[in-house]
Amino acid sequence: MINKKDSKKKIKRANYLSASQSLNIARHNRKMMRHFEKRNNRKNVPESEYLAEMKKPGNVVEFDDLHTYFFTDAGTVKAVDGVSFDVPLGKTVGVVGESGCGKSVTSLSLMQILQRPIGQIVSGSIRFDTGSKVYDIAKMPSEKMQKIRGNNISMIFQEPMTSLNPVFRIGTQVDEIIKLHNPEMDKEEIKARTIEMLEMVSIANCEGVYRMYPHELSGGMRQRVMIAMSLACSPRLIIADEPTTALDVTIQAQILDLLRNLKDKINSSIMLITHDLGVIAEMADYVVVMYAGRIVEKGTANEIFNHPSHPYTIGLMASKPSVNKRVERLYSIPGKVPNPINMPDYCYFRDRCEKRFGRCDGPYPNEYNLSPTHSTHCYLYADDQEERQDG
Amino acid sequence: MADKFKSTRIVDDYTPIVHNEENILEVVQLKKYFPIKSGLLQRVVGYVKAVDGVTFNIKRGTTMGLVGESGCGKTTVGRTILRLYEKSGGQVLFNGQDIHKYNAKEMRDLRPKMQIIFQDPYSSLSPRLPVGEIISEAVREHELVPSEAFEDHIDNIMNKCGLQPYHKDRYPHEFSGGQRQRICIARALALNPEFVVCDEPVSALDVSIQAQIINLLMDLQEQFNLTYLFISHDLSVVEHISSTIGVMYLGDLVEYGSKKDIFANPLHPYTQALFSAIPVPEPGAKMNRIVLEGSIPSPANPPRGCKFHTRCAYCMDRCKVEEPLQRELEPDHFVACHLYDQEPEKTS
Repeated sequence: MINKKDSKKKIKRANYLSASQSLNIARHNRKMMRHFEKRNNRKNVPESEYLAEMKKPGNVVEFDDLHTYFFTDAGTVKAVDGVSFDVPLGKTVGVVGESGCGKSVTSLSLMQILQRPIGQIVSGSIRFDTGSKVYDIAKMPSEKMQKIRGNNISMIFQEPMTSLNPVFRIGTQVDEIIKLHNPEMDKEEIKARTIEMLEMVSIANCEGVYRMYPHELSGGMRQRVMIAMSLACSPRLIIADEPTTALDVTIQAQILDLLRNLKDKINSSIMLITHDLGVIAEMADYVVVMYAGRIVEKGTANEIFNHPSHPYTIGLMASKPSVNKRVERLYSIPGKVPNPINMPDYCYFRDRCEKRFGRCDGPYPNEYNLSPTHSTHCYLYADDQEERQDG
Repeated sequence: MADKFKSTRIVDDYTPIVHNEENILEVVQLKKYFPIKSGLLQRVVGYVKAVDGVTFNIKRGTTMGLVGESGCGKTTVGRTILRLYEKSGGQVLFNGQDIHKYNAKEMRDLRPKMQIIFQDPYSSLSPRLPVGEIISEAVREHELVPSEAFEDHIDNIMNKCGLQPYHKDRYPHEFSGGQRQRICIARALALNPEFVVCDEPVSALDVSIQAQIINLLMDLQEQFNLTYLFISHDLSVVEHISSTIGVMYLGDLVEYGSKKDIFANPLHPYTQALFSAIPVPEPGAKMNRIVLEGSIPSPANPPRGCKFHTRCAYCMDRCKVEEPLQRELEPDHFVACHLYDQEPEKTS
């Protein structure tokens, strides 16, 4: 064939796996997946095993050192690697980051809809307050999770075009959820509830839409139906995974307005996942910035937008063109995200960081508090006192 | 103020404008209708008026941004200008020549001069060709570069677009989204074009990658003196890169002018609503948001009169029957709206 150049050979070698290596990986993966699947599929687990207690009573969800790994043929991908943050009741928490930084996987772990058996919650806990009881979702068996999913936590997906079933009428699809979680309701009650939900998301002709198929609706209308579905059981937490990315600006404004109003109406929390900083600024009370499976900075929206601290957050803000501020040239973060299979043991952002200094060669930085609500993982903010504590 | 509005000029239907040397592209009343076929005999029962009378021109070495909601005909304008679609009416002058009158041979000679960068870098590259071949194929076909300088030319272009020479032997699936978009840009620029249509080149990319690609496009524009038609629905990106902006709604160009005029003083109610809907990355920023009710009507059956009247807050009786004409309200700032017809004061 073509005579291979040296440079090409060198590049190829980085991703090369020998037969025995891949055999080892496969053996390890099988072992791990079997172990976790066994745990997930247990029947008749006593409730005490996954009951937990909230650290702060005002929270709906507490992520505590969550680790979610994917056991792939090329090695273990640490998609979420030690994430902890809280979602307070009635507030909106925005999760920002580039694609592949683990923001979606965090929400999928919370719903237990990871692509199993490859994806598994390996350690850590997700405490969720259903109102009467507090469960640790990371330890919960799959069969019990069905009661929570859709009922107490619901999710709005990115693509309204593909997340509705094209062969069922809108009414049937919304009815199904209500029926599943409220078996005592009869047909008329369910239909009345569905129509009420459709009305709530400002669909004008709700009786008509009830009988329509998804293809008869526009993107904005479909996203409204998705929101109606997710609100049908008055959940305590709504996960909105890029709810407006596929929509136009004017429709996006409508949907964001709607989400904000509805959240107050049914008094639930929203976990908003997006890469659009504008949407976050508008909607969120608290912001979590993720990079390569870890949180690099978290704080209130004001703190993050007015005093961004981590170099990655600063870079992310500077790389987004904004109508209000004029810049000659956009800032672009140099380099790229490290390979998720082979994460370095120093700060993941070091190789792309313009402010790195001697200490950055050390282990991954701890969390440093800048204010009671604002914290970041960066050695720039490590003051002496904490240094002593770390040893 | 009042004087400014009196000096309005109606842009006439289909008067071919005199070619101005400054302009690389002049578009007059461009129309593109797609037939709707139905029944056993596939008879034409109607038309989707994707582009319905669009007039603008682009100066050499500048960037025109074209914004609008999805389905408003932005992409169709771009493709009809390049004659990837045959027009239904109107005129496209490229360097003063009506390209829709060219025959196949002339068109082929013209093709290297006008190029396009597509939205989705995942589907616009052939998965079976190595990257070097993707970039160099058209250059070889058009015999633009003598064979001894060929490799150097390709290396040079790849280098300018941030690709390494050893990438040549790799296949597109080995690259990330941002890298693929660089390949698409290199493919377009290898032909030494004068005019490039960028059809949502950054929509499929992450924020930090977006910035890289936008910077690259702007650097290349400076180096090669390129002219861009930048199609996007992301207003903040368009605002950053363009010097003139056209706002489209349902096949019509409702407002068109320099970036400064349009952002400082949006005149058409649709433009005002569109700009107020841009999320600002500043928490607690006070916004007087105009939320448009309903959604964009079907272009197969557009409303009579002004196409925007179904969603317009300033709708008058006249808007429902009479289609507004494009007027020049300020120098180089055109708007198609009845609000500015005779009376300077706005009816609110």
